[in-house]
Amino acid sequence: MESSFSSPRNDSFPAGLRVLVVDDDPTWLKILEKMLKKCSYEVTTCGLARDALNLLREKKDGYDIVVSDVNMPDMDGFKLLEHVGLEMDLPVIMMSVDGETSRVMKGVQHGACDYLLKPIRMKELRNIWQHVFRKKIHEIRDIESHESIEGIQLIRNGSDQYDEGYFFSAEDLTSSRKRKDVDNKYDDKDFSDCSSAKKARVVWSVDLHQKFVKAVHQIGFDKVGPKKILDLMNVPWLTRENVASHLQKYRLYLSRLQKENDIKSSFGGTKHSDYSSKDLQGILSVQNSINIQQNDVAHGSYRFSGNNLVAQNADPKSNEGDIKGIVSEPVAEPKKGTTGNIPDSQKTRSSQMDFNSSYAETQKGLVGNVPDSQKIRSSQMRVNHSFASVESEVNLTAFDSTIPATYSWNKIQLEKEHKPLIQLNNGFSKPQLPGPQHHFQADQLQSIPSISSRPSIPGGDVTGSSKSKPSYSEYTNHHGSHVSPTISPTISATDSFPGQTKSCVVDHQLSETISTSTSNMKNQGINLSTDLESAQRNLILGSTSPFASLDDEFQICWYQGDCYGMNLELQNVEFSEYTDPTHVTEVPAHLYDALRFEYPCDPSEYSVLDQGLFIA
Amino acid sequence: MDKNQRQVRLMRQSLFDQGFLDEQFIQLEELQDDANPNFVEEIATSYYQDSSRSLQTIELALEKTPHDFNKLDGYMHQFKGSSSSIGAKKVKAECQQFREYCKAGNGEGCMRTFQALKREHATLKKRLEAYFQLARQAGPIETARRPK
Repeated sequence: MESSFSSPRNDSFPAGLRVLVVDDDPTWLKILEKMLKKCSYEVTTCGLARDALNLLREKKDGYDIVVSDVNMPDMDGFKLLEHVGLEMDLPVIMMSVDGETSRVMKGVQHGACDYLLKPIRMKELRNIWQHVFRKKIHEIRDIESHESIEGIQLIRNGSDQYDEGYFFSAEDLTSSRKRKDVDNKYDDKDFSDCSSAKKARVVWSVDLHQKFVKAVHQIGFDKVGPKKILDLMNVPWLTRENVASHLQKYRLYLSRLQKENDIKSSFGGTKHSDYSSKDLQGILSVQNSINIQQNDVAHGSYRFSGNNLVAQNADPKSNEGDIKGIVSEPVAEPKKGTTGNIPDSQKTRSSQMDFNSSYAETQKGLVGNVPDSQKIRSSQMRVNHSFASVESEVNLTAFDSTIPATYSWNKIQLEKEHKPLIQLNNGFSKPQLPGPQHHFQADQLQSIPSISSRPSIPGGDVTGSSKSKPSYSEYTNHHGSHVSPTISPTISATDSFPGQTKSCVVDHQLSETISTSTSNMKNQGINLSTDLESAQRNLILGSTSPFASLDDEFQICWYQGDCYGMNLELQNVEFSEYTDPTHVTEVPAHLYDALRFEYPCDPSEYSVLDQGLFIA
Repeated sequence: MDKNQRQVRLMRQSLFDQGFLDEQFIQLEELQDDANPNFVEEIATSYYQDSSRSLQTIELALEKTPHDFNKLDGYMHQFKGSSSSIGAKKVKAECQQFREYCKAGNGEGCMRTFQALKREHATLKKRLEAYFQLARQAGPIETARRPK
């Protein structure tokens, strides 16, 4: 699994650091290239943001850090920043000749590790390796801390926020401790490698996530607890800790969605176009868009499948239309990136990520439209919230080692400052960060409950409720693009809120749950997607935009888990039934074959994915 | 050779003293090495190719009235960034002035400043061309100093 990690730079770090420089100014590109080469870094230059994204997607593990100018003709540097953070979880350094505080702040909000002013001195570039190193360390720390996070605090905190009171009781957490021993190897694998900076985390594949979400729904948001979930999921190798962290993330995700929805609502039916027109102006914009999407999608078509799968109904198309600004761009790009450039697992991931993002976006639109489903959704969302319990970054990474984007996303979030961005969620108003490490707010997670269901919407949802796999691919692409936008907001939010990271977690969890459900449903085929979609939609509607964002985040998390495809598949599958999930490992393969036509998801892929996650 | 080298050094120094170039130019010189022995000149050439195009774009935009100050400001922001690449100090100053006028919505001021900017841009180009030519003739000073 670690093989792909090794890179020349490991030998004489930071020499050989693989830097991708993006700048539309050819003169600066030459200068930066020369400067970086003088630092003994491996440089790749790019004149367009889109090309840069393609390059990054093609080689998920091909770069250690991205240096990008803020002003570029084809895409706003901040948008690129978000994309990179979401999809690849790479540290990004922004550059500009403009040193205005507001711009710098925006950069940081969007997740930039650093902001350099032009003209750039060589000594400034010489030290960029520290960002790569720092990220690595944080990732390791996250993983390690993951184990210690019980999520109880989060849950408790979160429950305050939500009227639903979705949070699992402490007993649940502690009682599931015994599970820990079930398959410690996973834990060990996940966390013991931290020191070597190579973590083998639990990958929350779509299947797994779906199982998770299903379990959460079955238990009921207010009674959910890691132990209960674990029992229901019936995944032998999964530990309570895994579930707890995933739950935290899920909750964060939901709360984030909620917040976004809230924000959106405050804007009063924001139109996608508004949103799309500009890159996310911090989290707000994203959230708004998310909300919008949810509203759009909110038609009654979303059935509330009762699963966590939030009917993301935000069909990609709706997302696209709506999220034009942010979403559309990402959508378009991811498609290219995901379908064309990313091979196999990577693609899957990207697509998945996109899905998530698109999901999130769609969700937003849905929020407004579906009245009755909203209720369902809200409840779902709430459930999600409980699941979402703020998970630390670790959780996220845990689940998806494969999906770097998701993973990194979380990390970035954690690392970044958390500003209370998301205004959101009705219930979640307070960012409750469960453990010290994971600041994320349970609120956010909560708002995302609906999002989890979204994963099911992948492709299918995007195009419409009736989509089956084929739509999935669409979704994937769509999602990919969406993911960026939606996720970015989330991410930025995370920065502000520690909780955001959790959102990712939530997603992950959600996806897992969904994946799980999907696997069960495999037999059902894709037609379920419609159901899921509707369910998701409902969820989305109810949950309001925060969910949407959560979904995205959530989805992203999934992907990291490695089974992006699976997640997507799950989405198609209606997960109303919580049949005992087949073994997770089985599911992924199955899912992939059945649902995902494009991305074979097999264990080997996971390992690759894991490596991919490891940016450093 | 020696005389040429001295002349080159004087020329170079005056470019700094007269405020044409700033610290960035020195950064470029420091980047020059065996792998890229004419690095500074290459950068300057690249800059002039790129900036000439930009100036044309701005000129066209200025001819359109009423002035779209946001757009103009955007162009100039980009141009300023570009000019910072070679350390074109005076050019950058004019860029900044232009942006001030844009923010104030002063079309008249923008046009005047733009003319000044073009002049500075052209002057620096001539000075640099002369400098590089002489520098090439004088031969790389490092090589001369390096023991064979």
